[in-house]
Amino acid sequence: METESLVRLLREHPFLQGLSEEHLQTLASCAANVRFEAGQWVLREGEEARRFYLLRSGRIAIEVYVPGRGPVPMQTIGEGEVLGWSWLVLPYRWHFDARAMQLTRAISLDAECLRARSEQDHELGYELLKRFVPVILQRLQAARLQLLDVYRANG
Amino acid sequence: MVPILFHVEQVRRETADTLTLTLKPAEGGTTLRFTPGQFNMLYRLGLGEVPISISGDPSRPDRLVHTLRAVGTVTKGLASLRPGEAVGVRGPFGAGWPMEAARGKDVVVVAGGIGLAPLRPAIYHLLARRHDYGRVVLLYGARTPGDLLYRRELERWRGRFDVDVLVTVDRGDAGWRGHVGVVTTLFTRAFFDADDCVAMVCGPEVMMRFTVAELKARGIPDDRIYLSMERNMKCALGFCGHCQFGPVFVCKDGPVFRYDRIKAFFGKREI
Repeated sequence: METESLVRLLREHPFLQGLSEEHLQTLASCAANVRFEAGQWVLREGEEARRFYLLRSGRIAIEVYVPGRGPVPMQTIGEGEVLGWSWLVLPYRWHFDARAMQLTRAISLDAECLRARSEQDHELGYELLKRFVPVILQRLQAARLQLLDVYRANG
Repeated sequence: MVPILFHVEQVRRETADTLTLTLKPAEGGTTLRFTPGQFNMLYRLGLGEVPISISGDPSRPDRLVHTLRAVGTVTKGLASLRPGEAVGVRGPFGAGWPMEAARGKDVVVVAGGIGLAPLRPAIYHLLARRHDYGRVVLLYGARTPGDLLYRRELERWRGRFDVDVLVTVDRGDAGWRGHVGVVTTLFTRAFFDADDCVAMVCGPEVMMRFTVAELKARGIPDDRIYLSMERNMKCALGFCGHCQFGPVFVCKDGPVFRYDRIKAFFGKREI
């Protein structure tokens, strides 16, 4: 896909709202357009976190495999959301599995490329972190609420 | 106030511990008209009385519908009722959902667990007068797929082109193809005009706290957020004080409150 098309897709994605054209161009140089068929693995626990994904359509389940129970979906994410932040933190390994629940289209961003660009341009790294931190916080809060099990009887 | 005698017409099991009772007046009895969000005191003869939200269609007062969870002595007693058996009813009580204030606006309905039950009459009302309202969005969260109330109805509503129905569960299972995550995560997929919208919220208090935070983050002001509160109600008339919630009584001033009127003490641990 041509860089201009990727820049347009990146510009339209809510996660990157407000990012400068220069930074969008930089991201596009690390980006690729990808699709996952229903049931296809996107990430596997323990594998190296080489990229993250900006979802354009479809739905992904973040799962953990529990012996005796099989894969347990903990959260689903979809259009306009971001998948994966383990690429930001050493040792850059996925902590969970992620699988497409339906045909899913996404923009894949190469982690090594982005880390290198962010080292060269701290402004870019800062812009990315400003966007990742709220997502991480929101998912942490959601996970805590899930732990509370608020709908149980006498809950 | 003396209970009026009703008879059980139908018992429908919703989930493992939740069921819906359809009641009709005993011979010579009268129907009870109600507004969405109101509740009745249901009296299981010989056991006692509990407040239960009305979950039926307000345009069909000939059938009184209540959805309840069998967790205590009286609710378990009510859950054991069979068609034809008698039950006492006092009500309807309390202030309901702001159906009039919401006219012409987008309406965001947020329900958690059995909190969908007191919101169902409001949904019936919205759908019956669909042209009177803007966008209608229902966000519903339950514990597991097996805990979803009114599943067929949810599917029917979702099939309409004029209402957005988003459902999530806290814990999925192998057969669940829908959304997994707490109800507040659905807001990223909900589209409404925050500048011209009314939110109606019912569920466990902690869920409502987080939902209010999300609604406020999306720009909905306090005076357009409505919550249905739950407290231990006994008399339902504002005399006994069991349901006192700060300076108000949930039974007569609520159960539905505009958020700006209770925000000073909503979430206060002492209250």
